[in-house]
Amino acid sequence: MRTFSYVSAPDVETALRAVAGEPNAKFLGGGTNLVDLMRENIERPDVVVDISRLPLTEVEELPGGGVRIGALVRNSALAAHPLIRTRYPVLSQAILCGASAQLRNMATVGGNLLQRTRCLYFYDGASACNKREPGSGCAAIGGFTRNHGVLGVSEHCIATHPSDLCVALAALDAEVEVESTRGTRRLPLSEFHRLPGSTPHVETALAPDELITAVELPAPVTERSRYRKVRDRASYAFALVSVAAALDVGDGTVTAVRLALGGVAPKPWRAVEAERVLLGAPATEEAFRTAAEAELAAATGQDGNTFKIELARRTIVATLRDLLSDGSAA
Amino acid sequence: MTQTLPRTHEPSVGKPVDRVDGTAKTTGAARFAAEYPYPGLAHAALVHATVSRGRITAIDTTEAAAIPGVITVLTHHNAPALKPPRRFNPLDLSTMASGTSVSYLNTDEVHWDGQPVAVVVAETLTAAREAAALVEVSYTTFASTVDFKAEEPNAEPQKGNLLMSGSAKKGDAEAALAKAPVRIEARFTTPPHHHNAIEPHATTAMWDGDRLTVHDGTQSIDWLRSHLALRFDVPVEGVRVLAPFVGGGFGGKANIWPGTILTVMAARATGRPVRLLLTREDVYRTVGGRTPSTQRVALGARTDGTLTALVHTSVTRTGRVGGNPEQVTSQSKHLYDAENILVRQNVVELDLISNTAMRAPGDSIGTASIDELAYELGMDPIELRMRNEPERNPIDGRRFANRKLREAYRLGAERFGWADRTPEPGSMRDGRWLVGMGVATAFHPAWQFLANVTVRLSVDGSVLVRCGFQEMGMGGATAQAQIAADALGVPVESVRVEYGDSSLPLSPAAGGSMQTASVASSVLTACEKLRRKLARLGRPGDDPAAALARAGVPSLEVSVGSDTRIGRLTGQVRFLSKLIRDQRRWMKAASGAQFCEVRVDPDTGETRVSRWTAAFDVGRVINAKTAVSQLRGGIVMGIGMALSEETLVDPRTGRIMNPGLGEYHVPVHADVPPIDVAYLDEPDPTMPLGLIGVGEVGITGAAAAIANAIHHATGRRIRELPITLDKLL
Amino acid sequence: MVEVRLRVNGTDEPLDIQPQVSLLDALREYLGLTGTKKGCDQGACGACTVLADGERINSCLALAVQYEGREITTIEGLDHPLQGAFVRHDGFQCGYCTSGQICSAVGMLAEHKDGMPSAVTKQASGGELSAAEIRERMSGNLCRCGAYNGIVGAIQEVAR
Repeated sequence: MRTFSYVSAPDVETALRAVAGEPNAKFLGGGTNLVDLMRENIERPDVVVDISRLPLTEVEELPGGGVRIGALVRNSALAAHPLIRTRYPVLSQAILCGASAQLRNMATVGGNLLQRTRCLYFYDGASACNKREPGSGCAAIGGFTRNHGVLGVSEHCIATHPSDLCVALAALDAEVEVESTRGTRRLPLSEFHRLPGSTPHVETALAPDELITAVELPAPVTERSRYRKVRDRASYAFALVSVAAALDVGDGTVTAVRLALGGVAPKPWRAVEAERVLLGAPATEEAFRTAAEAELAAATGQDGNTFKIELARRTIVATLRDLLSDGSAA
Repeated sequence: MTQTLPRTHEPSVGKPVDRVDGTAKTTGAARFAAEYPYPGLAHAALVHATVSRGRITAIDTTEAAAIPGVITVLTHHNAPALKPPRRFNPLDLSTMASGTSVSYLNTDEVHWDGQPVAVVVAETLTAAREAAALVEVSYTTFASTVDFKAEEPNAEPQKGNLLMSGSAKKGDAEAALAKAPVRIEARFTTPPHHHNAIEPHATTAMWDGDRLTVHDGTQSIDWLRSHLALRFDVPVEGVRVLAPFVGGGFGGKANIWPGTILTVMAARATGRPVRLLLTREDVYRTVGGRTPSTQRVALGARTDGTLTALVHTSVTRTGRVGGNPEQVTSQSKHLYDAENILVRQNVVELDLISNTAMRAPGDSIGTASIDELAYELGMDPIELRMRNEPERNPIDGRRFANRKLREAYRLGAERFGWADRTPEPGSMRDGRWLVGMGVATAFHPAWQFLANVTVRLSVDGSVLVRCGFQEMGMGGATAQAQIAADALGVPVESVRVEYGDSSLPLSPAAGGSMQTASVASSVLTACEKLRRKLARLGRPGDDPAAALARAGVPSLEVSVGSDTRIGRLTGQVRFLSKLIRDQRRWMKAASGAQFCEVRVDPDTGETRVSRWTAAFDVGRVINAKTAVSQLRGGIVMGIGMALSEETLVDPRTGRIMNPGLGEYHVPVHADVPPIDVAYLDEPDPTMPLGLIGVGEVGITGAAAAIANAIHHATGRRIRELPITLDKLL
Repeated sequence: MVEVRLRVNGTDEPLDIQPQVSLLDALREYLGLTGTKKGCDQGACGACTVLADGERINSCLALAVQYEGREITTIEGLDHPLQGAFVRHDGFQCGYCTSGQICSAVGMLAEHKDGMPSAVTKQASGGELSAAEIRERMSGNLCRCGAYNGIVGAIQEVAR
């Protein structure tokens, strides 16, 4: 790990001032991803601003039934929060499917949004990677692609976003609040993460001096929601495919649906096309399948990950079917 | 023969005695190799080659050396000279020690992607690691051969040696196969694996003139000591290796890999005590793993299930710089009473790090084809196995020293509830889950090697057993304490065992499931000697301590074997001749029956092992607690082998792409069901105390049982490990 | 260099270290508390698990400077019935993952008591700490010797 200068910020203002004018500064929250990347010499900041003591640790109910989550709320605290467990079961479940209990006790919501890919070639300093070293090429293409994307990828990068939490946030229409010395702005989560195109090193819409301060969720369209994660071990593994879904049905017809996919794309993938097909359709397995196929029509695989297209289809159908049949949340 | 002294205590052999090192391990007091403090200790960090074959053209250490705290950066320009490793000599097994034939940092040649090309030594770990990342190396690259699949057709027949034969045949198996009324042909593949002991390889080394003290996480204290003396050209008497605790090995710490040599070299070069705890990536890049394999299994049978032909051939790889051909097909010489047998192993050399042993050979899948034949014949797979259960070793007609596989199957089937299985694939369900039950045979040869021990009895009744064996979790010290206690008729609590130190009497390496039996044999001999001496000192009715007291002797020590150079050589010669004689007379092995139940999600292909029963014939069990733990541990590793483990070697570059525990998936708690382990507990008449090693047999057959269960659940035969969910979609 | 005052097992430990020193390395290399183990240094094995204010964390991904003012408990500072239970149930072989397993289990029991759900928790289960719950909650601690059955047995004995 490269040496850096360390600043501990007692409040947001200090944190923002510490990074203003520092082009190579990083905010340090739980450290579960950044410290690992620094140890691997992938992240090499000059200045590390420790924000773990900032007072952004509240989960508050908003007028209108939504919720505001401080950026430094720990994953475990969020998963266990009664508001989240009852109104947004998909979010609680997604968090609990991620990493290990130890890591969930450390990791923060804001940090989770900025989690970087688990692409084997991104992690390996000896391999070409356009994300790590723009213009160097992509060694993953033609290599081991089991954890790579089939949607939204480009010829320059096929890496996936590894988060579970963000997949649930994508399904829940989350908004992200960010702050800098220039002021505060909000943007929908769907606009927060970027597709790689020809600039895979630009992963988010966040400016270098901006700090995520909160994530807000609107009132849920339904409390009938769940998260299904498919992976190579029963626990403690990144998703091959995951599905965050919320479904409301009236008179056998889909009246509300939210669907997002993980493990298949460079960003938490809101399945807009599938939702469009489902809304107003009969709540049947056949309709679920049609919707899944519509969403995945544009998917393209590599040698090692084409199976994800079929797996995603099946997991979408299974998740919606389970939501339909048990009708309950957790 | 020494009936004059009574055995006054309840025997402890066979009992579930708690581990003697349990408290040390549960309080953090147990110190591993990277945990010894020395004044002035420096830290080392490795720099790896990033090409698989080539020559270093330039190596720039300026930036690295400028990091505050860096003491030196060793490269082939400034590293102390090393003597080359020796050729294999059966009279000196330490000649097998070296992981590779490369003289690290003594050459500008690169032989594999990952070979260490520089070592940074610094005042702190932080500085060493920061500097290692700043060493700039340039190479000219040469054409290399790294793609196992592409090179398979070029594999050559493997040569045999004293302990392993490359091929074997009985009759004309191919001809019999062609004529057989029922035939099965199957091609299996297994991927490369890594041991992934949770303790990475670690060394702390300190020189005092030509005297060297090394703390090392090793499975072979004695090999390491001899090897270091050889490589650094110092008298072996001045080298001391200490390894009282080793954080898992599984074969990965049996050979000596670059990290150990380079730590000793760094200490030599700097005059400082030096410590190196490999990073997890270092382990993958500098320690060999299990070779991948491709296997052909062909079975011919009559319609009643009698096997007429068994063909099992394989291709594996070694490194061009070393490694041992894996005994992939060895089980097929012993398992089934086929009239004609052909076993052949081919091997290809690649520009990768040497392969090495990993918990039993990688043959765990080939036995799955018996299950295929059973389906073809419409027979129960256990019935088919029992129909072909041999009376004598199938390949050569030797007697079995011990073979109770029929009993093991009977016991296992009953405990597991095999009778409740409906044979039709896909016929059993639990809700949406597809349920499958599978069975396979476990088998691993039993060995015994030379061990020297001393046993001392003191007048206070305490007993001290000394032997330089290795303890990496097998429970060796506990087992030897039980054996000595019973042999002397004293309580087990009064026995202390010293081990893990090269200044103790010579022990064989911990490998091949033979350490406990080897040491036990000498402990028993020593205790008998001691009892004979005591009988001369005491009177009938005396317990051992009373006999000493009566004679006014404070303590009495006996030894078995000699640790002088001549003593070791004669011991080795005597031992090898016994080994060869024994091998001609008997086939000795542990065996067992593995039963498992899996659940497969019909939507996603996710497989969960939900139940396991295994029944083993492992001779007499010394410790009912630790032996069962070892057998279970093997099964857990077998679950990983079946479902998730694979080292990814990029065929374009020869570079390992998943050098970490995040992307190499060993089983976690949630992957492992309750594992019911039963054993027959009948002594093998040809082994000391009747015991057979239990370290490896647990993993054998485990992957085959799972593959068979998945077939039963889904109707799909997956012959490529690991059976990941994509193969079941 | 930064000055850090860690509080470990009830003792104040002033350190003068570089900011990139992890809590794990601070314990092992600077304080001589080698009971906490380094297995991967990547948050992928759990061998380095310690308790921070009673919560289990991976000390390898924690910078020591971040944990000033927190009460750190390592295996050396524990006196817990789990330790004896691990011996009785043979919840280890080589012993290298053991400190992490025990610290993790101590944290896990507290989490469960506080009502923390897991990925396998069903609303209907009434919060019982079943074997399946223990296995899921302990999955962040790898044991390559495969002593998982013994670990679960030890935890069940103490949880009762």
